[in-house]
Amino acid sequence: MSILPAGEIRKTLLDDRLQTAIYGSTGRLVGKRRESIDDPVAAEFEAWRTHANAIKRHTIENLDYYLEELERNIVKRGGKVVWCKDAEEAAEFVRRLCREKGVRRIVKSKSMTTEEVELNHEVEKDNIDVVETDLGEYILQLAKEKPYHIVAPALHKTRYDVADIFTKTLGVERETVIEKQTMIARRVLREKFLTADLGITGANFLVAGSGAVVVVENEGNARLSSSAPRIQIAFAGMEKLIPRAQDLAVFLKILGRSATGQPLTVYTSFLSGPRWPGEIDGPEEFYLVLLDNGRTKVLQDPAKRQALYCIRCGACLNHCPVYRKIGGHNYPWVYSGPIGAILSPQFHGVTRDPWLPHASSLCGACGEVCPVKIEIPKILLELRRDIAEAKEREGEDRVQQLAFKAWAFVMTHPKLWSLALTGAPYTMPEAENGWIRSVPGFMKIGPLAGWLSQRDLPAPAPKSFRRLWKERQEGRQ
Amino acid sequence: MSRDLILSSIRSSLGRRAGQPVPARPPVLLKIPEVPLARRIGQFCEALGKLNGKSLVAKNLEEARDYVAGLVQGRRAIASNAPFLGECGITSIPGVETGFTGRMALRERCATYDIGITSASFALAETGTLVMLSSAEEPRLVSLLPPVHIAVVPTSKLLTGLDELLTLLPDPAGHTSGMAFITGPSRTADIEQFLVRGVHGPGEIHVVLV
Repeated sequence: MSILPAGEIRKTLLDDRLQTAIYGSTGRLVGKRRESIDDPVAAEFEAWRTHANAIKRHTIENLDYYLEELERNIVKRGGKVVWCKDAEEAAEFVRRLCREKGVRRIVKSKSMTTEEVELNHEVEKDNIDVVETDLGEYILQLAKEKPYHIVAPALHKTRYDVADIFTKTLGVERETVIEKQTMIARRVLREKFLTADLGITGANFLVAGSGAVVVVENEGNARLSSSAPRIQIAFAGMEKLIPRAQDLAVFLKILGRSATGQPLTVYTSFLSGPRWPGEIDGPEEFYLVLLDNGRTKVLQDPAKRQALYCIRCGACLNHCPVYRKIGGHNYPWVYSGPIGAILSPQFHGVTRDPWLPHASSLCGACGEVCPVKIEIPKILLELRRDIAEAKEREGEDRVQQLAFKAWAFVMTHPKLWSLALTGAPYTMPEAENGWIRSVPGFMKIGPLAGWLSQRDLPAPAPKSFRRLWKERQEGRQ
Repeated sequence: MSRDLILSSIRSSLGRRAGQPVPARPPVLLKIPEVPLARRIGQFCEALGKLNGKSLVAKNLEEARDYVAGLVQGRRAIASNAPFLGECGITSIPGVETGFTGRMALRERCATYDIGITSASFALAETGTLVMLSSAEEPRLVSLLPPVHIAVVPTSKLLTGLDELLTLLPDPAGHTSGMAFITGPSRTADIEQFLVRGVHGPGEIHVVLV
């Protein structure tokens, strides 16, 4: 069981540069989203959200049907579908394919699903050169770090960090001008695109009725990864389905606006298999890896399976007061922010990271901005209840339970309550300017300890309300 | 086999049987506004301009050809095999090569030449988007590898937006192995959210509406 990484979080909170980077970047994304949905062309944004939610609900509730339809259509056009129950199976498939096809170099475009598989680490075991080609992801690969944000993976890096990373790993002269840094990456990666045997992309949507994978991006690296190499693999969590290509109209409109405030991203690729006879470029072989990796487990709970509607726009991260302080690396799994706080416990069981659903002020911002209307705050509360139940079952937190029972007993017995109030001031240390800075040991139990560690208590009033009331009644007589 | 394991596990979670039909899907939400051509042209140029793309409305084929010739002057360009480029006379502009059918030759030119010239299957006015259906006539790399992309598109292909496109092509997979929307020049904001154009795809895009 992982406990709250308090030390790491404190480090993040005390790092002024990092705080500015996180707060500034997420704030700008919040502003761009707002601007794009305030535009009159997006007047129906609320209706789009409601509609997208209805499509996702329908698809997830009938997931087996649409998965089979997707598979039929992909196979019909010469592609192959690879069903993987877990990360291991997915990694093993890619390694085997690389061996069979003699793949020496892989270019990858951004995919959170491959992060679940830790795919780069796996294929590197076979001495294959695997290169992240999204600029942010490339910087992080060179720095040996994980993505900080679903949409803006290197959000925490400044141009000076990038200068250090490039100088150290690429052996180029130190360069701090962002345009020039971008051109360095273009030059290095261009060579990789032209010499790679295999391109791996993610998938924003899987279109069942077309047997197609849809990838959205701004740089062109996903288009290159799916156009230049002779083999393409698309990686997708199996919840990414939508029934028809026509449903894309609403999903593309909400995705770009929610993620980066764009009515449409620069590139949207609709890929439906290997190239046709006569075509000059495009992949000769096309594979879709459909990953379960815990998704069927999430489906078991009818109330919480809506977490699978997520289209990975990152809006809930940008609007979350907790994410905006603690950043992306303090979350235990690849998905951070509010969506991570409801996905991780459902994928891994609630007792693995029990602090996660509690890392929320329940302000509700995540639910309000979610383009597919996932009720994140409600799921957080349900997960908290699940955690409490699991702890009770496992006999954990006896002290906490006893304390609450004792509290309840005192509260429901007025005489005892009165006695406790009379005694309370004597158990408290001296107040400074009306505040008690540290509490006695008996109060430092369970979650109360953590709560009190960051807060001061007001000193008890010299006379309690009961006492004042009593005096007042006596005075009247 | 994982396939059957996964499917049966999904069905037991959802309480469904194999082969069970699905209830009615939510209706498709597509709205096509009535927008006259002149207004569509204006919308397209404005949307593309906001993204730092350049556009020109050419009165006839010659004007289109002259504009492209001016851009190419002194540089090397590769043109796709789209018949419309031939009709405009663009393929006979000095410096423009075309007619590639071999994978390696096409790739080598696209990777080294300055300009890629294509037509487009459709254009979307609301967002300033080019819709490319890849085919033998319109390979993918021409609009992707060279640092400058020029697209020459007849106004008859200019639709109002995404909803109209998906009404005309309810299933794009029936028409092509790969459809790409191009909305402005390639860009990134991955370092400090500072906008840089031309990171992997073309940093400069010109659309000539004929």
